[in-house]
Amino acid sequence: MSNEAVVHAHGAVTTHEGHGDHHHEHHHHETFITKYVFSQDHKMIAKQFLITGMVWAVLGGLMSVLFRLQLGYPDATFPWLEDILGKWAKGGRITPEAYYALVTTHGTVLVFFVLTAGLSGTFANFLIPLQVGARDMASPFMNMLSYWFFFAASIVMLSSMFVETGPFSGGWTAYPPLSALGDASPGSKIGMDMWLISMALFVVSSLLGGLNYIATVLNMRTKGMSMTRMPLTIWALFFTAVLGVLSFPVLFSGFILLIFDRNFGTSFYLSDIFINGVGALPNEGGSAILYQHLFWFLGHPEVYIILLPAMGMVSEILSVNSRKPIFGYMAMIGSLFAIAILAFLVWAHHMFVTGLNPFLGSIFVLLTLLIAVPSAIKVFNWLTTLWRGNIRFTPGMMFAIGFVSLFISGGLTGIWLGNSALDIHLHDTYFVIAHFHIVMGVASMFGMFAGIYHWFPKMYGRYLNNTMGYIHFWVTIAGAYLIFWPMHYEGLAGMPRRYYDYSIWESFKQFAELNRFISTVAMIVFAVQLLFLFNFFYSIFKGRKVTTLNPWGATTLEWTTPIKPGHGNWVGEIPEVHRWAYDYGKDGKEFIAQTTPVGADESHH
Amino acid sequence: MTMFLTTAVIVLIFVVIFQIAKASEYVSVLKGEEVSRKQNNKINGFLMIGFLVLGLIGVWYCNELYYGKTLLVQDAASVEGARVDSMLWVTLAVTGIVFIITQIILFWFAYKYQESDTRKVFFFPHNNKLEIIWTVIPAIALTVLVVIGLRNWFLFTGEAPQNAMVVEVTGKQFGWIYRYPGKDGSFGKKYYKNIDNASNSLGLIWEDELAHDDVVMEQTMYLVKGKPVKLIIGSRDVIHDVGLSHFRMKMDAVPGIPTTLWFTPKYTTKEMKELTNNPDFQYEISCDQMCGNGHYSMKGVIEVVEQEEYDAWMVKQKPYYVQQFPEKDPAAPKPATDSVKTASAKPVEAAKKAVAKL
Repeated sequence: MSNEAVVHAHGAVTTHEGHGDHHHEHHHHETFITKYVFSQDHKMIAKQFLITGMVWAVLGGLMSVLFRLQLGYPDATFPWLEDILGKWAKGGRITPEAYYALVTTHGTVLVFFVLTAGLSGTFANFLIPLQVGARDMASPFMNMLSYWFFFAASIVMLSSMFVETGPFSGGWTAYPPLSALGDASPGSKIGMDMWLISMALFVVSSLLGGLNYIATVLNMRTKGMSMTRMPLTIWALFFTAVLGVLSFPVLFSGFILLIFDRNFGTSFYLSDIFINGVGALPNEGGSAILYQHLFWFLGHPEVYIILLPAMGMVSEILSVNSRKPIFGYMAMIGSLFAIAILAFLVWAHHMFVTGLNPFLGSIFVLLTLLIAVPSAIKVFNWLTTLWRGNIRFTPGMMFAIGFVSLFISGGLTGIWLGNSALDIHLHDTYFVIAHFHIVMGVASMFGMFAGIYHWFPKMYGRYLNNTMGYIHFWVTIAGAYLIFWPMHYEGLAGMPRRYYDYSIWESFKQFAELNRFISTVAMIVFAVQLLFLFNFFYSIFKGRKVTTLNPWGATTLEWTTPIKPGHGNWVGEIPEVHRWAYDYGKDGKEFIAQTTPVGADESHH
Repeated sequence: MTMFLTTAVIVLIFVVIFQIAKASEYVSVLKGEEVSRKQNNKINGFLMIGFLVLGLIGVWYCNELYYGKTLLVQDAASVEGARVDSMLWVTLAVTGIVFIITQIILFWFAYKYQESDTRKVFFFPHNNKLEIIWTVIPAIALTVLVVIGLRNWFLFTGEAPQNAMVVEVTGKQFGWIYRYPGKDGSFGKKYYKNIDNASNSLGLIWEDELAHDDVVMEQTMYLVKGKPVKLIIGSRDVIHDVGLSHFRMKMDAVPGIPTTLWFTPKYTTKEMKELTNNPDFQYEISCDQMCGNGHYSMKGVIEVVEQEEYDAWMVKQKPYYVQQFPEKDPAAPKPATDSVKTASAKPVEAAKKAVAKL
């Protein structure tokens, strides 16, 4: 921890007097490098995470467009594909190797780089210090390292696209033996080593970030900011960080064993294997299922690492724009807590058809379906927050409402899949694709968009263009449903995921037309995301300027900082907090900021 | 050329949208930001309810289009699969009702409570009674679903019935190998280091006499209508998955760890052709676990036949051992019907022995 940070920490918690002038007068000498590249300012690091995440979102999205092209037009050839992909699209048709590489990288990148680093990396960094009233993170240096480890992970992942045998192509879950044996799949040669190195770097990044978020939330809240006065965003980001810190090391251990199996002749995951063209391997006694336990011990909490920040931001944005307190604040925290605990106890529901002990399976069914209870509480509380509110449809609010809609749609199908006897039928079909894309992929993207639209004025001192925001919202939500809703039907026909071509299958070939439709919509939705990106970068420089400190009329602390806060956030003293974050419409007042002392005649709730 | 045109059109659309977006910003400055914000609010409030109506119509229309293409219109082809289907319908009813109600509430509230100068918001931070109601009701509904689910789960994963026949299924990149225990009703031992693609695809240990009458084949697996079958599933290389969508069953094939799955076929392939009105109907085994670049083509076929047909077919099969060592062919094979009866009479011991060996 740097000396600066120590001073800040004390400033935040205890010594307020006379501290402010220090920050008003004193500026670090900032060069381009320290301000924009190796910055230790949490706000700049947040933007770095956000923009790197956007780059990955575009690449990951583009990959999905490419493999959707194959699924939608399995017989067509596109000569331009050969121009950009070379031998991976010989004759203008994506090869199976390339198809599986695209699917795998799309999954890895979207789950980890966009919806983990891009989402909680951005908003935990940006919002935690601003909303708890801290000058920066507990360790700004570690925070900087967190970004640069992520950057290194990105570079390694990107490089793996260009190796001769291709990037890893065994699915984002990387189950051995397929991922352990280069002879079983060309993508499992050097491409897989790079995938593992990249993911290892990513785990380091996410641990450095997570420890920092936890330390900041626990230790650096301003005077009066008790835990139960924190905005729900902070609660959600806090639980997210806890989940990450406890589960990523387990994933890492799984990866270490995999690296040993791949390179040093161990047999943690390998047993009884005969590879065509190679012969019988010497490995005996390993268990391929062990990897799946280690992977899903992270893999399931990971779903909530992706979802909780979105839930937190949506709670905040719904409340601000309904001009009404979030309904059931304590129940919202309680349900977040319940979800965080249960997240660790349900991993094996991804493994119902692996030959899992049936008794163990039944326990996981029970715990999995239990998650529906806190999820239901959250949904009903969001709905009640809207009830008798005075809703302003800012683009952020639209995406928040869209999130709730998607969370309901995707969450309900979780009840199907979590019930093992039904999962036997639906496992690894398009039903699963529809389920997790709606509830985890698109919903979390909506949470992220909501956050970007809502806090963009705080990030850049300008607004995003509203008209483009509305177009972005309506096309994206309609497109998301058009893409993923019909996939439920494909799943109910038993259509398996990760197939390159369905035409040889009597049972699954009836959806050719639907697949073409889905691919077309996917391309339109992708194009609209480019419109959003354009809006984002254009508005950074040319957007309408923010002229008031608190454009949304929100109660939380970030809106008490200057329009463009410097490193240290507040000029002068860090404000003191006197109340919870949701006094909207109380006693006939539009809103009461957290910094306003409780009046003598104020009603209790 | 088309590529170029498409790009040009897309760019043009972008430019138009951008110009409109910019113009609307200027207009809002002219009209007064507050006024135009309220106008936008009205438009979006209206679109919310419009989206709800169109969305619900879309849900109905999608069902019209694709319901007939799913397995929901086909009776499950196994006795156990029928239980999956009934469970599916109960789950659909419960989640479907919740889906419709909550989506209507969500978008209706968004429309109804859009900003209005006359409304005073209702300060409503919490209400214990409401919160208890919507904790308890989902909990009860889920309990019902869990009970139904677990009863089926324990049935499906429990012991196969006494009269079950046993077939071993082995996945490999990219195909399936089936093994029948032969007339002795027991599988011979195997060891993966004996595998040789040309002469011993499963690595059978020839010294084990039980292996001598094992029947090994690829492509098509024959099963008997109305007779439970227990599959002993394994893999030679990476993880595969025996996906049996018509029987509503599925189980991973893991190298080194045998798994089992049992079900009772209800219709012969011939009957299914009539039921589905599809003369090309096949029971397909799809690999449902990513297993490499040929994953999408890893197809197996199951032919469900009547007992007599099965017996007649089995008689014609030569044991794998005999195929590999034609000189060891017993000079005068016993009458075929005898051997089949023995095979089907002792399947339980056969299964037990087979499992023990694995």
